[in-house]
Amino acid sequence: MSDAVSDPSRSETLTTADGKPLKAALARAQARNRRRAFYLVLPLLLFVVVTFLIPIGQMLSMSVNNPAFYSWKDRDTGEKVPLMVDLRAWFDENPVGTEPDEAAYAALAAGLAHARETKSIGQIGTRINYEVSGTRSMFTKSARRAEKLEPPFKEALLDIDEDWADPRLWSAMRNASKSFTVDFYLAALDYTRDADGNVVKVEEERAVYILLFKRTLVLSAFITLLTLVLGFPIAHLLATLPLRHSNLLMIFVLLPFWTSLLVRTTSWIVLLQSQGVINDVWVATGLIGDENRLQMIYNQTGTVIAMTHILLPFMVLPLYSVMRPIDPSYVRAARSLGATSWTAFRRVYLPQTVPGIGAGGLLVFILAVGYYITPALVGGSSGQLISNLIAFHMQKSLNWSLAAALASLLLAGVLLLYWLYDRLVGIDNLKLG
Amino acid sequence: MKKTLILTTALAGFAMSAAAQEISVMSWGGAYGKSQIEAYHKPFTEKTGIKVISVDADNPATPIKAQVEAGNVTIDVADVEYADAVRLCDEGLLEEIDPAILPDGADGTPAMDDFLPGAVTDCLVTTIVFSTIFAYDSTKFADTPPTSISDFFDLEAFPGKRGLRKGAKANLEMALMADGVAPEEVYEMLETDEGVDRAFAKLDTIKDSVVWWEAGAQPPQLLADGEVSMTTAYNGRIFNAAVGEGQPFVTVFDGQVYEYDGYVIPKGAPNLEAALDFLVFSTETEQLAEQAKWISYGPARKSSGPLVGLYQDGKTEMGPHMPTAAENLKKALPSDFEFWADRDTELNERFNAWLAG
Repeated sequence: MSDAVSDPSRSETLTTADGKPLKAALARAQARNRRRAFYLVLPLLLFVVVTFLIPIGQMLSMSVNNPAFYSWKDRDTGEKVPLMVDLRAWFDENPVGTEPDEAAYAALAAGLAHARETKSIGQIGTRINYEVSGTRSMFTKSARRAEKLEPPFKEALLDIDEDWADPRLWSAMRNASKSFTVDFYLAALDYTRDADGNVVKVEEERAVYILLFKRTLVLSAFITLLTLVLGFPIAHLLATLPLRHSNLLMIFVLLPFWTSLLVRTTSWIVLLQSQGVINDVWVATGLIGDENRLQMIYNQTGTVIAMTHILLPFMVLPLYSVMRPIDPSYVRAARSLGATSWTAFRRVYLPQTVPGIGAGGLLVFILAVGYYITPALVGGSSGQLISNLIAFHMQKSLNWSLAAALASLLLAGVLLLYWLYDRLVGIDNLKLG
Repeated sequence: MKKTLILTTALAGFAMSAAAQEISVMSWGGAYGKSQIEAYHKPFTEKTGIKVISVDADNPATPIKAQVEAGNVTIDVADVEYADAVRLCDEGLLEEIDPAILPDGADGTPAMDDFLPGAVTDCLVTTIVFSTIFAYDSTKFADTPPTSISDFFDLEAFPGKRGLRKGAKANLEMALMADGVAPEEVYEMLETDEGVDRAFAKLDTIKDSVVWWEAGAQPPQLLADGEVSMTTAYNGRIFNAAVGEGQPFVTVFDGQVYEYDGYVIPKGAPNLEAALDFLVFSTETEQLAEQAKWISYGPARKSSGPLVGLYQDGKTEMGPHMPTAAENLKKALPSDFEFWADRDTELNERFNAWLAG
């Protein structure tokens, strides 16, 4: 047999019972097995693609592509209708900065009349209103009268509303005609465009996103640190107690973990509010006066307390799973060799728990960065995070493109941190359980 | 694969035909939701056999866009504010409603004359006039109770926390009125940057003492818990807490901002016909008058007015509690839907920036 392997000319003659070369038959059988294995994961793959990747991809693509100004999907027939055709042609022919002439106004009037017909005017007005506020009603109002407009169209439109001459409006319409735009990313970073299309910072009293991104990162880091400081001793205790005691204690960690998030958050409201349990106890014991009740909720303090509590198990569990198998004899050995208890902890025990700290820290931080319900309920105004504004644009202002841009930035930030973590600590150094 | 497809289609079809006997109506919950269940849902089910499922939301206008865009509409009728109805209708997210299907008033007035001016639009049939007012806990201000909107912003004379709705609408108007602007000049002023600055400056004076609420059921709760001593609220919610539950809350109509609110049907509602039936039934004279027995919101039909009598407790006269009562309209502002359809995004962004800063 060893001869057969060492001599290639003879190994080729090895065949299966039906005369096929053994190698090919083997490869085919393996391929078949691989295919079968793939069929098993196929449902999951399809599920992930259909329910996760495609919708998220669509959502993210909205951040660079908002067709509201130039395309309308008829909801009854499902057909796509191009909008503002003449105006877009005019934009193509005339470079940026051209003063809109009569032809431009005529194209606009035709576009408005067509939009009125297809009932797409609200969508167009809303799209431009994102860029230049207060223009939405100009579109709806002018479209209502667009049919009856007569040349010269410039005069006729200016007669309805003189703001039609606003260069910012024309610049916004030109931008909205493009199928690719970074304007929503600019808005998500507190920038905007002036009348000439230059990128400028928004006025100070309207800038909010950078502030909230920073606050989200700082608070998340702080909460991660708090969970580590609180969770480390608990995990250590759980890991070193005899199993029958530690299992009982483990229930206390898991019980809140299994309790609904909303229940836990609202319990904190009951405890922390100014007429709540904690304040009542302090007032009753004379620690503080009735008029000096502490405001511990509906602000940043509330967000930090409630989120630390809710995210604590995500820190304790990975830490515990890493600490459990650490042999106590290492520390004993270090002590017997003359190390102080602090040195033994720092040089021997702590390094062995790094994978758990990394896993717990990363998990808590990433969860905290995207947290939404708790800050919405207990955050008041100073405890709001960026996710609350994403939700605002998803649900209230309905500016999904801006929401998508904000979410993409958040995602990019998390991926960047993940990459940094990989470079600094190494992702194989991560142990989740 | 084909077989599966046929099977699931058949199952879905079966589910659809079973669901035809019920419709989902999304509204604001709490005391207001209850008034609708008593005055509209129950009588409708009794008459037609169609079950009405109530779904609650902080603001039913917000899920509509998501549902219609995703092509997965699950609600048949939604109760939304006027400005939202105009905006959603312009964007083609709502079914248009032919006003001809609305019956005449009980006194024979043609439907379009019977409804208050502007109450029926392409997509909306108004049911009520509601108002954002402020209310206070009378046990906290026994000697000198607040009487005007300026008092709401006066922390020195009237100490204590304030509750405000988390959003720009109504807050900016009230702030300006408290700052001495006459109601008829409020929107003119808000069109200018100076006016908006002035409103925010006024809000700044109480910012640190504000607890923000989002759902309509929260303000009476905040007052009851003692979390705030004064709060803005929808007038009906305070009425129900004060008269219905005997809480020591007092409503101040000075500086109120009132608005229409009514039913719309999202585009592609699963049970369109039943939804239309429900909408027509609910906005008849008797039903609107019946609702006013449960909560102090003004009915949208003039013919309902004379039918409104006593609250369900059988002794409280509803008239003086309505936002539209002459006594309450002395310093009152009708909400400008066009202004808010236009400026909602911008002012809320500014509001968010102000809040976060």
